[in-house]
Amino acid sequence: MSVSLSQDDVLKVASLSRLKLSEAEVNSLGQQMGSVLKYIAMLDELNTDAIEPMAHAIEISNVFREDELQTSLPREKALSNAPQTDGNYFLVPAIL
Amino acid sequence: MDYTVIIGLEVHVQLQTRTKLFCGCSTKFNPDHPNTQTCPVCLGLPGALPVLNREAFHLGMKTGLAINCEIPAFTKWDRKQYYYPDLPKAYQISQYDLPMSQNGWLEIELDPETREKKKIGIIRAHLEEDAGKNSHDESGRGQDSKVDLNRCGTPLIEIVSEPDLRSAQEARTYLEELKLLLTYIDVSDCNMQEGSLRCDANVNLHVHQANGETVPTPIVEIKNLNSFRGVEQAIEYEVQRQWKHWQETGLSLKDVPKETRGWDADRGVTLEQRGKEDAADYRYFPDPDLAPVTVTDAERERVSQELCERPADRRARFEESYQLSVYDAAVIIDQGLAVADYFETVAESCGNGKQAANWVTQDVLRELNERGLDISKFPIQPDVLAALLQKVNAEEITIKSGRTVFQELLNYPEGVPGIEQIQNIIEDKGLALVSDTGELDSIVQAVVDKNEKAVADFQSGKQAALGALIGQVMREIKGADPKAVRELFIAKMS
Repeated sequence: MSVSLSQDDVLKVASLSRLKLSEAEVNSLGQQMGSVLKYIAMLDELNTDAIEPMAHAIEISNVFREDELQTSLPREKALSNAPQTDGNYFLVPAIL
Repeated sequence: MDYTVIIGLEVHVQLQTRTKLFCGCSTKFNPDHPNTQTCPVCLGLPGALPVLNREAFHLGMKTGLAINCEIPAFTKWDRKQYYYPDLPKAYQISQYDLPMSQNGWLEIELDPETREKKKIGIIRAHLEEDAGKNSHDESGRGQDSKVDLNRCGTPLIEIVSEPDLRSAQEARTYLEELKLLLTYIDVSDCNMQEGSLRCDANVNLHVHQANGETVPTPIVEIKNLNSFRGVEQAIEYEVQRQWKHWQETGLSLKDVPKETRGWDADRGVTLEQRGKEDAADYRYFPDPDLAPVTVTDAERERVSQELCERPADRRARFEESYQLSVYDAAVIIDQGLAVADYFETVAESCGNGKQAANWVTQDVLRELNERGLDISKFPIQPDVLAALLQKVNAEEITIKSGRTVFQELLNYPEGVPGIEQIQNIIEDKGLALVSDTGELDSIVQAVVDKNEKAVADFQSGKQAALGALIGQVMREIKGADPKAVRELFIAKMS
């Protein structure tokens, strides 16, 4: 079974991920993504009629923590990886 | 040609947990100390792993059950992808195809006169994490926006109604009833100023054409509704806008994809927010970091048992059991659970629901307002008020004296006054009702003797003179029964 990705498909995925691609990249990524999808499509060969759908790779459920306060990071640490701050807030290019 | 208005509401409610949905940071509303309630989980730092808050799931179940939803045996978590500066992971953990509650309803009263009721369907209610808060440069110079991530990760339940609402007024009533219910069952404070309750409205029109066909106009989602008034005004505006737009263009739902508009409360208009061409594509998929949750019948039953009587049921019971007017019952219920409990204790122990309602809705609520107090801090305990009302009922004191005692109890200097204070005040102030004619008779006689002119005036037909005479006796004996005094005067002067 062959899976190919059109140029439009690649551009749509790129735009959803806020990526700007050159024409060469669109072509090469289209081929690469196509082969990934082809690889995954091997799963279609399995008969899954009698198999329950699963929501998680590990069969565990109900993992909780109690509603108890943990110490938060001090502000300077919270902001320390940000490209830009004013010491109180994360600063980002103007929204709106 | 006319139209029917079709409205569905999506309501986001903050659940009152101490900590966030997937980490142990505080959920306290704390805008003055930005970015002090974060950790690697809610900052979305690489490698950090979320773990579900047990209490948040519990409050979610309570909410679902209160709005008559099914709680499925299995529910899971999904990632909703979008880029915005208040969402550091670039996805929100939410629930997509298997929400934790679904297929419920909430009943609202359409008209207090006719008592006509309507069940509004609820499609689903699911848990998700809140985003942070952006603040924008208002100067228009395009300065940087600021981001505070204190709120990021706070537990929300999103309640999605069926498009069953038919007017702005109905939408408001639904929202008010929902808010009241959620505060009664104690899952949220629903404080709209602090953003604990937020609402989006999906609105369109079904246009009935002359040929009998009905055409739906494009659906518009109105965002940014953070007051009851805002919800009502925005929908009213949007209905007019869509009707005009339909008449001008004739475009229907089939021609135009769903559009997002924001409510501008200052200008009283809705404005286009998201271009129609880049409609959201959230690419949901199951979150591999979080385990699904299973719910047993026993757990469902246990949480149902925790629910108190719903405000709508209690309103009806107050009208029935205590013979309250629709209005009084609504005033008491709308004040919240603590006031309803206070009223009920007073009504039960004084044995007169109507009287208890009068005092609670007038005297108690007035004092609470004037003093800016919450009922839990009100100095007069319900059993004390009940004892006072019993004295009025038994005609041991007049209603007027009852109000004097009420004021004295409020001003009691040594903490919370007990029932015994009532009798002390009555004695100190001489408020005990005196209808013993012997004692009254001599004072009335003395007043008649002293006031020849007033007596003559009364005898010549001036009724007003009698009031002044009665007043003199009442000043002499505060607890005098005005009816008895009046009769004595008339007997002596006729």
